[in-house]
Amino acid sequence: MDRTDPFAFVRDLASRWDLIAIVVVIGILTFFAEASRGLLVPLTRLAATPMSLDPVHLPVYAARTTLRMFVALVLSLLFTLTYATWAAKSPRAERLLVPILDVLQSVPILGFISITYVFFMSLVPGRVLGAEFGAIFAIFTSQAWNMAFSFYQSLRTVPYELREAADSFRLSAWMRFWRLEVPFAMPALLWNMMMSMSGSWFFVVASESVTMGHTSIALPGIGSYIALAIEQGNLHAIGWAILTMLIVILLYDQLIFRPLVVWGTRFRIDQEQDARVPTSWALTMLQRSRLMGAFHALFYAVVRWTSRTTPRPQALIRIANAGASRRADRLWFLLLAAVVVWALWRIAQVLIGETSLHEALQVAGLATITMLRVLILIALASLLWVPIGIWVGLRPRATQVVQPIAQFLAAFPANLLFPLATFGIVTWKLNPDIWLSPLMILGTQWYILFNVIAGAAAMPAELRYAAQNLNVGGWLWWRRVALPGVLPYYVTGAITASGGSWNASIVAEIASWHQVEVKAHGLGAYIAEATTAADFHRIILGITTMSLFVVAINRVFWRPLYYYAERKFRLT
Amino acid sequence: MNSVMSPTTTALLQVDGVCKAFPKPDGGNLAVLEGVQLRLEEGQIVGLLGRSGSGKSTLLRLIAGLDAPSSGALAFRGQPIDGPPCGIAMVFQSFALFPWLTVFENVALGLEAQHMEKGQIRKRSLAAIDLIGLDGFESAYPRELSGGMRQRVGFARALVVHPDVLLMDEPFSALDVLTAETLRTDFLDLWAEGRAPIKGVILVTHNIEEAVLMCDRILVFGSNPGRILNEIDVKIPQPRKRLDPVFRELVERIYVEMTSRRTGATPGRNERFPGLGIGSVMRRVSSNLLSGLLETIAAPPFNGTADLPKIASDLQMEIDELFPVAETLQLMRFAEIEGGDIRLTEAGTAFVNADLDERKRMFARHLLNYVPLAAHIRRVLDERASHSARKSRFIDELEDFMGEDDAEDTLRAVISLARYAEAFAYNDETAAFSLENPV
Repeated sequence: MDRTDPFAFVRDLASRWDLIAIVVVIGILTFFAEASRGLLVPLTRLAATPMSLDPVHLPVYAARTTLRMFVALVLSLLFTLTYATWAAKSPRAERLLVPILDVLQSVPILGFISITYVFFMSLVPGRVLGAEFGAIFAIFTSQAWNMAFSFYQSLRTVPYELREAADSFRLSAWMRFWRLEVPFAMPALLWNMMMSMSGSWFFVVASESVTMGHTSIALPGIGSYIALAIEQGNLHAIGWAILTMLIVILLYDQLIFRPLVVWGTRFRIDQEQDARVPTSWALTMLQRSRLMGAFHALFYAVVRWTSRTTPRPQALIRIANAGASRRADRLWFLLLAAVVVWALWRIAQVLIGETSLHEALQVAGLATITMLRVLILIALASLLWVPIGIWVGLRPRATQVVQPIAQFLAAFPANLLFPLATFGIVTWKLNPDIWLSPLMILGTQWYILFNVIAGAAAMPAELRYAAQNLNVGGWLWWRRVALPGVLPYYVTGAITASGGSWNASIVAEIASWHQVEVKAHGLGAYIAEATTAADFHRIILGITTMSLFVVAINRVFWRPLYYYAERKFRLT
Repeated sequence: MNSVMSPTTTALLQVDGVCKAFPKPDGGNLAVLEGVQLRLEEGQIVGLLGRSGSGKSTLLRLIAGLDAPSSGALAFRGQPIDGPPCGIAMVFQSFALFPWLTVFENVALGLEAQHMEKGQIRKRSLAAIDLIGLDGFESAYPRELSGGMRQRVGFARALVVHPDVLLMDEPFSALDVLTAETLRTDFLDLWAEGRAPIKGVILVTHNIEEAVLMCDRILVFGSNPGRILNEIDVKIPQPRKRLDPVFRELVERIYVEMTSRRTGATPGRNERFPGLGIGSVMRRVSSNLLSGLLETIAAPPFNGTADLPKIASDLQMEIDELFPVAETLQLMRFAEIEGGDIRLTEAGTAFVNADLDERKRMFARHLLNYVPLAAHIRRVLDERASHSARKSRFIDELEDFMGEDDAEDTLRAVISLARYAEAFAYNDETAAFSLENPV
């Protein structure tokens, strides 16, 4: 309900929670101001004030890194609200936009960072801003797709009666969007946003320091700090960077992730009271503080005001002219076909003109090696984490402890740990083809773990009692009860882990430590080398091959498995 | 029918020759409403009574301006309806409350959409909340409320916009018996005392007693395609008592009406689809319910013949639940429905007295003899060397006669009966029929 006294919040401004809230808000503002100060300086200044390995600078670097992440998140959100809405509202656009999104999800982001860098730096020549845009765009591409997908799917599944209720009260399209569609999509969108952010720490770190041909850019941040530490072979600095990142992720988890997920539960459509309501101290603070209440009221005032100024719906005549719309459809498809032909032509020009058959075969061979690596790693990680996840998920107390840790580990950018592994490989002269491989799954295996935990925790208690009652034990219990019960969840986790591992191969298959380079055979190393050499034809060849492999594996393997698991084992 | 004789005034609502058809995948059209005529005068509650699939909810959505008819005209106060009109509000079966809004915000939403001034919104929302007996719950979220309280919010939300016409889509059917009765009584009190700012009501229901209890006029709907079979004026003065003999008599009459019309319509339907006879829609009915109903009718106090309203209230079944069971029994010649009664046939009595194996044999015999679709599937399986057939083959055949959902339902109904009868097997994984019996 609306507050009757608009100034009520001023009266007890000094409540305990307010003081904390003010400190937090001002702190955040300062932090952003501090972090964004360097954006407009010319590139030459970047060279003039080189990165330093002194841990004193780490807080500022961490702030710059975090700022990039949030700017990208805002862009991803804008993209989601527009692109996904367009796809959901226009059947014609939908046919093109949704498959595009699907493919974009499979494109290895790290592979084309160099290309986007060149593009953005040409937009703002000579300024740090251009490089910043490049980095932010890379982070954006790691966040936006699944957010847009989730929003699109929510828009498509708004319950029929709620849509009708909104229609019968004659809500304008704008009001419907903000009062019905966005709230309905909120829980899924928030969850995907959090997953995106967790995933994108990896790319934030990877995108800060890029070397292309003769140009090398190091934007101030933790990623560049690590890159410098690797170059100088400074193990202490790497330890400091890891520690800083741990703190950053911990703050992110407590201040952003948890409050938002808890807040999102209020938009859930299943109206049953949930016994296990998650809690967050940060959210409690925000909710109890009058100041935040005022912000909230302001937001709704804006929504109401914009609703009032948007036109009310006109009388709707829904029987469209079928003939005209079919003609428009045909025109649209002709247009699409033309675009596709043109794109194919361009790709063919670049690839066929410059690539020999030998090179293409070689790249396909490398892709096969990387594919084998990913599959073996997923299998190994599954063997390890599925039993552990089930064990944990069936014990509520253990779940409470382990689940947040697993989510935390999934967010932690594993590439910060790569130098440690490289150091080991270089020192003990290990075979990089074997020992670099685990790095690919270092950060992504946690998706398997926490999805399996969630699946086991969601298994109805009565099913477990029934199994106990029938004395189902040993291998039979795993085969008939536990594994089928978590399969849909496991597949979801494994798909995420597999996609992430392909991407990680670009930074994991080739590594260096203090002038020594170790390299595994694979498509990831091929793309990384092409990037360093600024060889655009090989970059495009590599990325295209990798995208094709990822899409093919998804279509042939993961997607059928997912639908099979959903149909057969999802407990409703 | 006599209330239509006042041509001098404009009716609140006027529906003329409305048809609604949906396109079928093969290019044809599937009619769900045909030639519907309706007039709502001020001060009336009109009930649309029918079973699911009779198009009554579709008609309500046309009146609400949520959908457009294929042909015919709808007018509200003389103005054609071409979108949700100002002055018509709707109460939904599933409440359709916004879970992220409080009771107050849910109620206020309709006024906000009218760009009303804030103070005014507040005043009117609180008044509506007060009227419907929700004071004290303003800041509660829907998830904190019981079903009955949620539907009260639904009513408050509809009444707050001061509609002339209130549309109610089975508003009490998602509630338990006691809560539903309280809400009905409360609503009728509001209506009788003129405290609710409404001038006319259209109530969609499949509950015969509810229709007789609340309505001034009842339109009985039939299926395939949905159309008005009959109009019944209810002249019993309010407040009506369920046990009043006049009330009981009317309920009985409507039962007879709804069952006899359907049996009467059956040959007509078959004539429209000559040859195959597989074109009638069947609802999924559990074999437990079939034998359960047979046993109940055979046992005292019914002893072989039961009054449908009586057995419905004894078993606490809505007509939407009872009728499909009774009709499947009739189709399989285990029972006959006539004049609002259901009577066991000789086969029905024999079935009740048989043991499990004999029951299954009888059931299989009757299924293959009297259910054309079952016989058809069995014949196809017998004729093929592989003794198997894909589900899609039969779905395609059914979709010549009915919509996608009905085809799926009908096939599922036959699968369920055939499984009990062990007449043929169906594997859901491969979506195929076969004659093999799994171990």
